[in-house]
Amino acid sequence: MLTVNRYKCCYCGACVGVCPTCALELVETWLEVSTECKECGLCAKICPVGALEVRA
Amino acid sequence: MKCDLVVVGGGPGGSMAAKAAAAAGLNVVMLEKRQEIGDPVRCAEGVSKRSLHKMVQPEPEWISSEVKGARLYAPDGNSIVMSEDKSGGEVGYVLERKVFDRGLAMLAAQAGARVMVKTRALGLIKKDGAVCGVSAMRIGEPIQIEAPLVIGADGVESKVGRWAGIDTTLKLDDIESCAQFLVQDASIDDDYTEFFLGNSIAPSGYAWSFPKGRKLANIGLGIQGSRSKPGEAVRLLRQLMKSRFPNGRVVEMVVGGDPCSGPINSAIADGVMLVGDAARQTDPLTGGGILNAMKAGAIAGEVAAKAISAGDFTRKGLQEYEARWKEDIGKTLARSFQLKEFFVKLTDKDINQLIGSLAKEDITKMDLGGMLRVLFRLNPKLLWSLKSLII
Ligand SMILES: Cc1cc2nc3c(=O)[nH]c(=O)nc-3n(C[C@H](O)[C@H](O)[C@H](O)COP(=O)(O)OP(=O)(O)OC[C@H]3O[C@@H](n4cnc5c(N)ncnc54)[C@H](O)[C@@H]3O)c2cc1C
Ligand code: SF4
Ligand code: SF4
Repeated sequence: MLTVNRYKCCYCGACVGVCPTCALELVETWLEVSTECKECGLCAKICPVGALEVRA
Repeated sequence: MKCDLVVVGGGPGGSMAAKAAAAAGLNVVMLEKRQEIGDPVRCAEGVSKRSLHKMVQPEPEWISSEVKGARLYAPDGNSIVMSEDKSGGEVGYVLERKVFDRGLAMLAAQAGARVMVKTRALGLIKKDGAVCGVSAMRIGEPIQIEAPLVIGADGVESKVGRWAGIDTTLKLDDIESCAQFLVQDASIDDDYTEFFLGNSIAPSGYAWSFPKGRKLANIGLGIQGSRSKPGEAVRLLRQLMKSRFPNGRVVEMVVGGDPCSGPINSAIADGVMLVGDAARQTDPLTGGGILNAMKAGAIAGEVAAKAISAGDFTRKGLQEYEARWKEDIGKTLARSFQLKEFFVKLTDKDINQLIGSLAKEDITKMDLGGMLRVLFRLNPKLLWSLKSLII
């Protein structure tokens, strides 16, 4: 499962731009993850602050 | 609600598009999902003074400072200086984007566009396959805006293109992961933008200091997505602060993703035009995207007005936008992409050699092309693969 650490996220949208399945949506300061997420981890890799993690 | 054109996104690209279209007489609605335009900032705020003045008459409060030139540091500490109008465009003014972005939105509003904030586009409305509007969420309430034309100016996270069948997903090679602090430090050079190169400083990217006056500067870095790992950009920035600005006081934090894919093949679809970061029109070498977004936005706004009066909203009717943005910024973007693809592979030794080779040359009066030619003459072996671009 993809988890968002909302205490870390700076709501920049970089992760949204790389998601191949359009699973992410930034609603002002709130990053939404939809069921389209394939847990590929690309978004976690790009996140400048390390707010995203794919957990088993 | 009904209008001629919906612009999605209230950044520099969207505002210039809305302004141009409204000035040409269209009924325009511009949607911005944030409650405050321009905030939070995701930018180092550098623009070429000359190019900005060609497009708008900037208000004094849009500009934090004016710089004389740029200084480039090799990993070994050697540096070279380029003067303002020769160093390729990304220096000149350091803006205050919170004020600048809102200022541009106000120009759009003054031209007659309706600006809706805290309003997020959710999707395109289509009838028999043709775009006929945008569905949105406005302060928590769903709304529908009917319009035959939509301009997607929704930035790095753009969805409008994807909704219209243009794949704008960024591969990790094609985005820079960035972090920046606004720093107060006595050691900041108020007159020069500074660039720090090196694979341990910013792998396949660079670090920068863009001064905002009175010893305040945007100090940040970008690294290629494929060389990033979770939290890496912020970690490297902290490291840079320790080594270069140990006494710096951080008063603001910015993070973001900057596209460096080079432009997409086509920025139009039936009923849709993409501008700015949404069309990946950011310069892949420098990461500068404000002016390109503004240029493309202004062209798209004009073409929208023509399409409305001609009643043709198909790809064919929007072809003029495609031709004009490619003519205006497309060639530079393509060249920058090839240069970037080369430079991201350089080792620190290569960078030291290149910058070191310029030590005895007078490059202060050269533009980027001139400097590349000198570099090529001095380092033919290293730069051989760029031959066709340089000569
Ligand atoms: C760290 C960093 C440093 C940079 N430094 C520079 C620099 O020094 N000089 C330079 O020229 N460029 C720089 N850039 C690039 C520059 O910030 C962008 O190229 C520029 O902002 C692009 O403008 P735009 O109008 O296309 O998009 P944006 O300015 O990103 O505007 C897009 C807008 O659309 C809104 N939006 C998104 N989705 C929706 C939706 N569904 N509904 C409604 N609204 C939506 C967003 O909230 C946003 O306000 C930098 C980028 C980064 C990340
Ligand atoms: S990339 Fe990271 S900081 Fe930026 S919006 Fe996504 S999770 Fe938040
Ligand atoms: S893990 Fe992959 S699919 Fe899931 S949100 Fe991140 S990028 Fe998208």
